[in-house]
Amino acid sequence: MLLVSTELGLYCEAGGFYVDPHGAVERAIITHAHADHARRGSARYLTAAAGEALLRARLGGGVIETLRYGERRRVGDVDVSLHPAGHVLGSSQARLEHRGEVWVVTGDFKRQADPTCAPFEPLAAHTLVIESTFGLPIFRWPAAERAVGEISAWWRACAEAGQTAVLYAYALGKAQRLLASLPRDLGPIYTHGAVERLCAVYRGQLPEHTLPPTQVAVGLARDAKTDGALVIAPPSAHGSPWLRRFGAISTGFASGWMRVRGMRRRRAIDRGFVISDHADWPALLDTVQQSGTERVVVTHGYVEVLARWLREQGREALVARTAFVGEVEEPEGADEADDGAE
Amino acid sequence: MRRFADLYAALDATTKTSLKLAALARYFASAPHEDAAWAVHFLSGWRLTRLVGYRKLAGWAMQQAALSEWLFGECYDSVGDLAETIALVLPPPARQHERGLAETVRERLLPLRGLDDDAARALIVESWDELDEHQRFVFNKLLTGALRVGVSQRLVTRALSLASGVPVDAIAHRLMCAFEPSAAAYRALIDADTEDADQSRPYPFFLASPLEGDPAEQLGERALWQAEWKWDGIRAQLIRRAGATYIWSRGEELVTERFPELDEMARSLSDGSVLDGEIVVWRDDLGGVQPFSEMQRRIGRKKLGKKLLAEVPVALVAYDLLERPRSRGGARGDDLRDVPQRERREALEAVVVAAAHPRLRLSPLVEAPDWPGLAAQRERAEDRGVEGLMLKRLDASYGVGRKRGGWWKWKVAPYTIDAVLTYAQRGSGRRARLYTDYTFGVWRDGELVTIAKAYSGLSDDEIRQVDRFVRDNTLERFGPVRQVKAELVFELAFDSMQRSKRHKSGVAVRFPRIARWRHDKPAAEADSLETIEAMLARREQRAQADADEVGA
Repeated sequence: MLLVSTELGLYCEAGGFYVDPHGAVERAIITHAHADHARRGSARYLTAAAGEALLRARLGGGVIETLRYGERRRVGDVDVSLHPAGHVLGSSQARLEHRGEVWVVTGDFKRQADPTCAPFEPLAAHTLVIESTFGLPIFRWPAAERAVGEISAWWRACAEAGQTAVLYAYALGKAQRLLASLPRDLGPIYTHGAVERLCAVYRGQLPEHTLPPTQVAVGLARDAKTDGALVIAPPSAHGSPWLRRFGAISTGFASGWMRVRGMRRRRAIDRGFVISDHADWPALLDTVQQSGTERVVVTHGYVEVLARWLREQGREALVARTAFVGEVEEPEGADEADDGAE
Repeated sequence: MRRFADLYAALDATTKTSLKLAALARYFASAPHEDAAWAVHFLSGWRLTRLVGYRKLAGWAMQQAALSEWLFGECYDSVGDLAETIALVLPPPARQHERGLAETVRERLLPLRGLDDDAARALIVESWDELDEHQRFVFNKLLTGALRVGVSQRLVTRALSLASGVPVDAIAHRLMCAFEPSAAAYRALIDADTEDADQSRPYPFFLASPLEGDPAEQLGERALWQAEWKWDGIRAQLIRRAGATYIWSRGEELVTERFPELDEMARSLSDGSVLDGEIVVWRDDLGGVQPFSEMQRRIGRKKLGKKLLAEVPVALVAYDLLERPRSRGGARGDDLRDVPQRERREALEAVVVAAAHPRLRLSPLVEAPDWPGLAAQRERAEDRGVEGLMLKRLDASYGVGRKRGGWWKWKVAPYTIDAVLTYAQRGSGRRARLYTDYTFGVWRDGELVTIAKAYSGLSDDEIRQVDRFVRDNTLERFGPVRQVKAELVFELAFDSMQRSKRHKSGVAVRFPRIARWRHDKPAAEADSLETIEAMLARREQRAQADADEVGA
């Protein structure tokens, strides 16, 4: 096995590196900058060039080396290249080749288009290590345009009712994807500090005007008139005193989890919008199919379900245990670790 | 169907009453009458009973979605609701065909009753094929008979009033009748002519609010209030008009036939009498009112045999008079609802005395000069077979629904025990992914015997902690249920308890709920069945002592 599952995550002995390790190691390949994939403390990091700035903003220290998408580098005994995963800006799949055997680690990925990052590149592999955050048949995404249309309609309705529309979205990725997709003539847009910090990094990487102008809400006076505006904040802001400055609000949450009514209602949020930066069930199956793989290793999410389904289809499918003890089954994907306080 | 599904989505998307009201009113103002009629029917909690079995329905959905049983099961476990799971896994609709709600019920749902499995399956699949995802969800909800959307009858009533311009009370009044979901019935419901002739129609019930804390602080002077026992029976309105009798339960059901002795009693009332009270099992030879469990022996029965009628005879304990016979006679009496409590009570006493019938009893006033005196009486409520006290403001009119201020129920402090969490099951709806439904045990000979199930009383944060504990400490899984390590102790509160042969513990508790989490108590120190049996014995002794007193 080119990669083995260890306490610290996936380890490649032939290359002497980990992929997205859960703790500090000597050498780490990082698929993207979300907190559950990019941990502080390692000595050397290798990541996609497009994701360097985000990773730097997150890590604080350590040596960061980069590869352009598709560029090959020999690490130990292994040829490593990184390819777009379509998840967030600079996200990648890691392709590892060792003595003619190819392993691809998808990292988090999606197959829908996203104006803020390069599209997923299908890769052939002997072994495919695939995420399964939404690995159940109930997760099937409508077109992103539908969610954007619903958010716009809700924003307009809030404006008419004299409310501020507060939209919760993960601070890294989802927030910027929404900003780049929403119409620009509906009203002013405010951001939470945690969102704005990452928008600043995105602005430095993307063509000008990919993101609309935004204002940080931190400077707002307590009695500022924000009705008719849209506020983008991380989910952790829900129910916090930070919201008081906006007066009458309506709240929405943009996430794949919003597809399930119970998860929407449990959060006590007014509206749920189904839009995700992860692959849905059909996209997971397509991706396995397209890779022509002989063996699948399932990580992150509904691992047992996807692995069992693949085995029933006659594939070899294994489960990679994550670092946590016991059963990890939190509905809020680990992306939420990105919610920074202001 | 689209319009109704949109209404459902709008109601589901908000917890704000004002927004729900607006969405309902918009719907009623725009929907065709026959659709609106069915909407009223469903929103009022009516259901189409068992059109098709859950298992069959799940099986057909699996076939349509090409999912194996275990995979569908995983989906169901995550969603927690069959109607929704099916809506989420089905492939996108093959075509679009819009039918109204009434047409959907008439042509797609009701015919299922007469069909064999193959034909039923074909009809359902055809329906799924022409509905989008959120219409499918609502369709499946109707199919499985449970359209719960957090809308009260009161809210539906207000929305109908808003959409039609007919006063709220008139709508409420009309809705209490058996409502047929038809365009004609809907038109009658919103008919501007509110001088309704239907003599069977009851008045909307006035409901009491629970009183918590000190009445002296909340209610002011004792002298402003009338106190009565809170009877544990069936709330009912007895109507005597134009020589006929109608008994309505609070569930807005006509129950006259189930209480022949009250039907007989009502002949002693004058036309134009409407009484509000509680139907209880009453046996003079056993000291009067009997426990509610006695009532349960007869309420489920369609036919009441002589033996049962002799063993569990009922009486109406009357506590209010809503309509008083006119002195010059007439089919209907005078509506007393706007008359103050004090005067209604006097009128009620006169009516009960005039009837002079053993099956009609006056709910006695509980006398005590001050609040502490009443509190002392309340402590003895259980011995009397009542649930506590009712406090009614002497100058209050008879309101509609749960209008706060006029009537309060002041229940006895419930029993409490410390019990150990033994099993947990996932909740449904918004708690679908969390273990929220718990089973508790108490000790007997070193083993935990199940004493109660409860799923309320914890904060969201505590629920998450317990959920985590359950996941980390599962001993065994039985389908959706997990047996957990005996470690967590909770204080359970319940209103009353009785001996029961149907329960393994031999004790049935009523309305168990979690009072608090006893972090301070190890499982070994939780209560034993002996303690509970001692509580039960004490209660029975007191009851016996009272009976002897009465007999002496």
